[in-house]
Amino acid sequence: MEAATKPKLRVATTSLAGCFGCHMSFLDIDERLFDLVKLVEFDRSPLTDIKHCGPCDIGIIEGGLCNAENVHVLREFRANCKTLIAIGACAVNGGLPAQRNHLSLASILEEVYHAQHGLVDGFIPNDPELPLPLDKVHPIHEVVKVDYFIPGCPPSGDAIWKVLTDLLAGREPELGHGLIHYD
Amino acid sequence: MSQNNNQPASFELDGKTIPFQAGQTIIQAAMAAGVYIPHLCFNPEFKPHGSCKLCTVKANGRQTASCTQQAQAGMVVESDTKELNDERRALLQMLFVEGNHFCPSCEKSGNCQLQATAYEMDMMSPHFDHFFPDRPVDASHAEYLLDFNRCILCSLCVRASRDVDGKNVFALSGRGIKTHLIVNARSGHLADTDFSGADKAAQVCPVGVILKKRVGFAVPIGERSFDQQPISATPHPMKQEG
Repeated sequence: MEAATKPKLRVATTSLAGCFGCHMSFLDIDERLFDLVKLVEFDRSPLTDIKHCGPCDIGIIEGGLCNAENVHVLREFRANCKTLIAIGACAVNGGLPAQRNHLSLASILEEVYHAQHGLVDGFIPNDPELPLPLDKVHPIHEVVKVDYFIPGCPPSGDAIWKVLTDLLAGREPELGHGLIHYD
Repeated sequence: MSQNNNQPASFELDGKTIPFQAGQTIIQAAMAAGVYIPHLCFNPEFKPHGSCKLCTVKANGRQTASCTQQAQAGMVVESDTKELNDERRALLQMLFVEGNHFCPSCEKSGNCQLQATAYEMDMMSPHFDHFFPDRPVDASHAEYLLDFNRCILCSLCVRASRDVDGKNVFALSGRGIKTHLIVNARSGHLADTDFSGADKAAQVCPVGVILKKRVGFAVPIGERSFDQQPISATPHPMKQEG
């Protein structure tokens, strides 16, 4: 394969306010992972456990922004990745976490840590190590420039493979019927 | 209307000859000829409303809603062009961010015309900032649910209830960005109207606002209308009630 002579592209991935379902779907490319690792190497990712993103060709973001740490990580990816891809409903439009957006944050914290049945002496966690929740959950394109989007909850392994292989081949990614899904 | 040798009158749509009968609109003639023009508020069974603008085409170089523009002999119409599809995608993106369209939790997903049209237009992202409006659900009726989060103001339920059912259960209220669907009862609740599941209005919602209760996700992913074929290959999507 000619790719063996080319330098490998560096790819970073992370899950912000997501459920790791998109990462699981990424693993659903199954044996095509062997083809992929011939072409790319992973930087920061749950697959490598590297904690900070270095200079990369492609950054893949799962999940939206629900707290301050999500915003920091997203900005680190944008600063380091030539191409940034939003993967899955939560990164694309806020998804499930954004379903809290019509409630006030105070009322949610109150409900979860104080008011709910069985929470005797409950208190709202205030450890300084905990990132502060954002007032509303936002999709990532509302904070940084995003180059490509793969919608779906999660997108199928085939959809992820199509976008990655299009990009690696220097083509504009295209999904088309059957691969483009919002659910 | 000029007709020669009993040849039906025709116009040109994206280079294809489309025959039409006197009084037909561009979209009616196109649909009859099996040519898809994206649309949301148009339903062949109802008088056109001309509000969603998805069906906008260029007729003799001028933009016009193809659901309200009557076909004319010799007219040159463009529809499936990058320029028009880019504008359609922007309209769809605005519809998505103005409401709360969380497809994974919507029972209409896979049978939804908004979703399927967005697929057709390759809408990969909402592009704009989300409004995340607060629109409470009306679950007052015993058999039907109204989830206003998904309303795209197509007015099909308004037209069906008024023109077919003779009930006037629904109306659009407010203006501009504040336009919203209301229910004609002092309480504002569907349960306090004479709405029934047998009404035409119960069948026409192109999105997931008017839903029958206790149906849920009856058809598995992969077998729903627009899983099987894109909306452009589904001549009359309204007949594929989900």
